[in-house]
Amino acid sequence: MTTELNELYRELLLDHYRRPRNHRRIEQPDRQAEGYNPLCGDHVTVFLKLDGDVVKEVTFEGSGCAISTASASIMTETLKGRTLSEAKAIFKKFHGLVTGESGEIELGPGMGKLEVFSGVCQYPARVKCATLAWHTLAAALENADAVVSTE
Amino acid sequence: MKSVTAPSIVESSSRRTPSFDVARVRLDFPALQQRVHGHPLIYLDNAATTQKAQAVINALRRFYERDNSNVHRGIHTLSQRATEAYEQARSKVQQFISARDPEEVVFVRGTTEAINLVAQTYGRSHVRAGDEILISGMEHHSNIVPWQILCEQAGACLRVAPITDRGELMMEEYERLLGPRTKLVAVAHVSNVLGTINPVEQVISLAHQRSIPVLVDGAQAVPHTPVDVRELDCDFYAFSGHKLFGPTGIGVLYGKAALLDEMPPYQGGGDMISSVTFAKTTYNRVPYKFEAGTPHVAGAIGLGAAVDYVSKLGLNAVAAYEGDLMSYATDALSTIPQVRLIGTAPHKAAVLSFVIAGVHPHDAGTILDDLGIAIRTGHHCAQPLMDRFGVPATCRASLAFYNTEQEVDALIAGIGRVIEVFR
Repeated sequence: MTTELNELYRELLLDHYRRPRNHRRIEQPDRQAEGYNPLCGDHVTVFLKLDGDVVKEVTFEGSGCAISTASASIMTETLKGRTLSEAKAIFKKFHGLVTGESGEIELGPGMGKLEVFSGVCQYPARVKCATLAWHTLAAALENADAVVSTE
Repeated sequence: MKSVTAPSIVESSSRRTPSFDVARVRLDFPALQQRVHGHPLIYLDNAATTQKAQAVINALRRFYERDNSNVHRGIHTLSQRATEAYEQARSKVQQFISARDPEEVVFVRGTTEAINLVAQTYGRSHVRAGDEILISGMEHHSNIVPWQILCEQAGACLRVAPITDRGELMMEEYERLLGPRTKLVAVAHVSNVLGTINPVEQVISLAHQRSIPVLVDGAQAVPHTPVDVRELDCDFYAFSGHKLFGPTGIGVLYGKAALLDEMPPYQGGGDMISSVTFAKTTYNRVPYKFEAGTPHVAGAIGLGAAVDYVSKLGLNAVAAYEGDLMSYATDALSTIPQVRLIGTAPHKAAVLSFVIAGVHPHDAGTILDDLGIAIRTGHHCAQPLMDRFGVPATCRASLAFYNTEQEVDALIAGIGRVIEVFR
């Protein structure tokens, strides 16, 4: 395999694909949104429980490729306990990381696992896989019961 | 993975189909002579689009370098050359599909436009509120959505003939759905996802017994099997040039002359008129009535060259060679326990859809691409069919006559690699 491919499918990513964390629905969420990638049929629903402006709990349901599933899984781990403005700032950094648009990215404390997605920028066709759950989360924060599409 | 070498290919293929020299055929396709990520390109996405023969590329070059001009209006030499070449291409297509007359061949952008044309002209003038259009459960979005639009406009209803678990049309159900309100049947000749070859002769004759016209979506059929529209007796037949080794942006709508004649025009503009005053316009005769504006002249000429190329190879020889290759590939895929084939009809052409247990098709596609193997992953513009088989997406390897058993072996090895990564 090429180095790029090894960088894409690292063990941590595969682990989150095989055993996604927080992969369940929240029965009475404060916010919820649905995301859909019509190109590949990937589908994710993000559920949020808030405590003021702090993310008390965040979970997801749905099916997708290794990259979108691992991204959703690691997103839920990373955002739990963050304020809404911190969550938005982390999404911005993550977006820069996977698109390769922001050059060298400095990930803050507790964000180390996001680094596993740094190989995605070599695969422009897969950026949407990595960002689907995040866009869905952003939609949930903007507006309850939103549906987003990558297209 | 070794690069394909000519002698071994000749040996292995001559074992079964001695008339087909795949090694020589491959040399006609410049795009096949490249490496991707350090591996020889293995192009297995032919149902999406095919590679272009050098003869097609040369025809496009020659047109733009020598004969480039507009058609049907200039008195000068170049315009005459262009017109002649354009009309010659129409005659080539006519002979290729055994149409009665060149005027039954309308040049369009592709299969999608051909179907939209029929929906908006024949459909708008014949389909009324409460009428029905009948399609099959294995249609491409391009043979679903134009009919949905028509149904919405007319207040008509879209009916869908179901398919079996193997991916075959349920003929009794189809026949049962042919009713007094059915105004048109539209069905794929070959499924782009399952590879199923539909019994279109039977589909057509059952519809004709009730005087219902039939449109056949032939996009996936013409590159693989000889098509004779008179023998089929279909009323409309649609296909795309780019899936037939020709250029993109050009396709064909075949229609029986009597039907085309009475249909209203599709788009208005130049070339489709006989005379225009502000009070009234008289339309040109078919096929020009349906070719408003400057057509894709170079595309049509390129398609003519593609038709020549394929005819020279002989579609019977192509079908025999591809049949052997399909069995070889089907057997090979069936040896991998993690692989589930989607579409197992006994009569299939060139398409192998499959899913790998525990691996999303997108990931498989990325890993195979890393090995130089191009397959398609996703829903293949057939979401209702994905729902039917309960999968969000599949991997699809689709063959052409320039593919080899060695390439199939490389695909099998590649799938092994995919499984290893996700173990």
